[in-house]
Amino acid sequence: MSIAAKFEIEYLQYLDAEGKQVRDDLPAFAQDLDQMVELYKLMLSTRVFDAKSIALQRTGKLGTYASCLGHEAAHVGIGSAMKPEDVLAPSYREYGAQLYRGVQPREVYMYWGGDERGNDYQNEPARHDFAWSVPIATQCLHAAGSALAFKIRGEKRVAVCTIGDGGSSKGDFYGAINIAGAQNLPMVAVIVNNQWAISVPRKIQSGAPTLAQKGIAAGLYCIQVDGNDIIAVRKAMEDALERARNGEGGSVIEAVTYRLGDHTTADDARRYRGEQEVKDAWAKDPVKRLKNWLVARKVWDDKKEEAWKAECDDWMDNEVNAYLETKTQPVSAMFDYTFAEIPADLEKQRDLALSLENKAH
Amino acid sequence: MAQITLIEAVTQALAYEMAHDESVVVLGEDVGVNGGVFRATQGLQEKFGELRVLDTPLDETTIAGVTVGMAAQGMKPVAEAQFEGFIYPMMEQIACHAARLRNRTRGRITVPAVWRAPWGGGIRAPEHHSEANEHLFTNIPGLRVVLPSSPARAYGLLLAAIRDPDPVMFFEPKRIYRQYKEEVPDDGEALPLDVCFVLRDGTDVTLVTWGAQVKETLEAADALAAEGISAEVIDVATLTPLDFDTIAESVAKTGRCVIVHEAPKTAGFGAEIAARLAEECMYDLLAPVERVTGFDTHIPLFRLEMKYLPSTERVVEAAKRTLAAS
Repeated sequence: MSIAAKFEIEYLQYLDAEGKQVRDDLPAFAQDLDQMVELYKLMLSTRVFDAKSIALQRTGKLGTYASCLGHEAAHVGIGSAMKPEDVLAPSYREYGAQLYRGVQPREVYMYWGGDERGNDYQNEPARHDFAWSVPIATQCLHAAGSALAFKIRGEKRVAVCTIGDGGSSKGDFYGAINIAGAQNLPMVAVIVNNQWAISVPRKIQSGAPTLAQKGIAAGLYCIQVDGNDIIAVRKAMEDALERARNGEGGSVIEAVTYRLGDHTTADDARRYRGEQEVKDAWAKDPVKRLKNWLVARKVWDDKKEEAWKAECDDWMDNEVNAYLETKTQPVSAMFDYTFAEIPADLEKQRDLALSLENKAH
Repeated sequence: MAQITLIEAVTQALAYEMAHDESVVVLGEDVGVNGGVFRATQGLQEKFGELRVLDTPLDETTIAGVTVGMAAQGMKPVAEAQFEGFIYPMMEQIACHAARLRNRTRGRITVPAVWRAPWGGGIRAPEHHSEANEHLFTNIPGLRVVLPSSPARAYGLLLAAIRDPDPVMFFEPKRIYRQYKEEVPDDGEALPLDVCFVLRDGTDVTLVTWGAQVKETLEAADALAAEGISAEVIDVATLTPLDFDTIAESVAKTGRCVIVHEAPKTAGFGAEIAARLAEECMYDLLAPVERVTGFDTHIPLFRLEMKYLPSTERVVEAAKRTLAAS
C-alpha cells in the first residue's frame, strides 16, 4: 500500500486545569514573570469588563451583548502575540485581544449600545484592525484579502482572523484557508472552539476529530491547543505569526475552550446544556489556572488580586460613564457615511430626516 | 487611432489604470493566462504579473471576501464574477461588508473596490449565463451600480469606478461586447458616475434604458423618427445613485416615458423610475408611463431567449401607445 498523504495534529498544553506546569520547555515570554503578570492582569480586567457589560445590559443600558466569559486566555493569547503592524479580523466577542490592541471598553459599550462610533476604534493598533463581524466567518476572507495585500506590497505583516467552532463550518472559512494555502499568504486563522454555536454543540458542526485538521486540506500548519492555557495559545500564535511573517505559510490554530456564559444576553443556555457540564468547565477556568501558576511562583497573591480588581472597577466605571455621557449622534449621521460624498438624491432624504427631527423638537 | 469594441475598452481601461496606479489589482477565475472567458483581461497578466492579475481558487465567495479585505488595506481590487448568474455567492460580502464598512466604522474602513460581471442574455449561452439582476444590487445602500453601453462609456466609466472611493458594481452587457467599434482614446479620461447620458435628443417621448437595451432603444428611436416621432433616448448608466433630474427634465419636455430593461418587470429598476415619475412628474405626464421589460419568468434557454428580451418592435409600440394616449 502506498500512502498519498498522512497527517497528525499536535496538542499543546503547558498548564493543566489546576495551573500545574506539565512541561519544562517554557517559551521565552513565559519565563518573563513580569510579562506573565501583565497578561494575567489583562485577563482579569477582561473578566471585570465582561461582568460590567452584562450588568449594563441587565439594567437596560446596553442592547444585546455577546459575553467573552471563559475565553480570556484564548483572546489575550491571540492579541498579545501579534505585532502592532499586524491586522486582526475578529468576530464579535474577542475583547481580550482587542483591549490588548487598544480598543477601549467605552467603544465596546458604544457598539452594543447601538452606536456605530463603537466601531471607530480610536487607538492604534486597533485603529487599523477590522471591526466586529457579525455575519459568521465572513471576516476570515477579510484577513485573507489583507494578507494578499501584504504579500503584493511586500510588507512583513500578518493578518489574523478568529472564528468559533460553528464558524469553521462556513464556506467563508474554508475559502479563506484555501486561498491562504494556495497563495502562501501571511495569515493565521484561530478557531476559538468554545463547544457551542448558540445551542448547537461542537459534534454537530463536524465529524472531524479536531477542527484544527481542517487546515491540513488547505496546506496550512495546524495545531490544537488548550485554549484555557494562555501559554499554549500564545506560543502557538507566536510560532504561526513568525512562519507567516517569514513567508513560510499560514496556520490554523484550534484553541479548545468553553463558553461559560450564554451566547449573548438574549440567550438562555440552560435550555440546551446541563449544569454539570458548565460546572466541569468552570474547573478548567483559564483565569484561575494562570493565577495558581503565578501564585506558586510568588509573583501574585490575593492582595494584589483585590487591588487590581479595584483598579479595573474604577477603569470600567470611568469607561461606562464616558459611554453613558456620549450624546446620540445627530440623525444626519445615518446618511453621512453611506458614501464618501453624499449623492444629491440621498441628500434630499437627509434633508427630510432632518426636517422630521426639527418638527419633533 | 484604433477603433475598439466595448470589451476591448474594458481591457484598455484596466491596463491604463494598472499602469498608473499600482494599488489596482485584478482578480477572479481565469483572468490570468486565459485573459478571462470573454478576454476582458487579455494580456494583463503578461504586462503586470501574476500577483496583480490573480487567478483565484474557483469560489465566488472567496473572490468577493478577499476583495473586501484587500480594499480595506488600501488597494483597489477589480474583481471579476465570470457571469452575472454566478454572482449570488458574492452578495453577502458585498451587502454586509463592501457596501457597509464605511458606514458602520464611521469612515474608518472603506472599500474602494469594483466588481465586474458580464451581464444579461442574448448570446446563446448555457443556463445561468444570461442573468440580468442589477435590481438586486440597486436596493443596497452604499453601493454604486453602473452599466456601460458603448466602448467609450465602458472605458470612461470603468476608470471612474476604479477611482471611486466606494464599492461599484460594474455590469457589462455582454450581448454588445463586440457589437461595434468606435474610437476610444487611451487618455485616462474618466466619465462622470451618477449621471445619465442623453444619447439622442427628442421632443415627443423619452425612452429610458441601460445596458444592452440601448441597442434596441436607439433602433426604436430611428424607427419612430421614420414615422415622424421624435424620441429622446437616455442611458441611465449609473442606476444608483440615480440621476433622476435628467430623466425628469426630459419628461417635462416630452410628457411621455417608456422605460426599457431586460430584467424581470416586477420590482425591476424600471419600477423605481416609474414610481419617481409618478411622485415627482405626474403633472408633466401626458400619458401613462410604459415599461418594456423581460417577463417575470426565468430567462429561457437560448432557443427562446430572444422572445424574452425586449425587442425594438416592443419599444416602438410602447412609444406609440404613449402618443396615442394624448
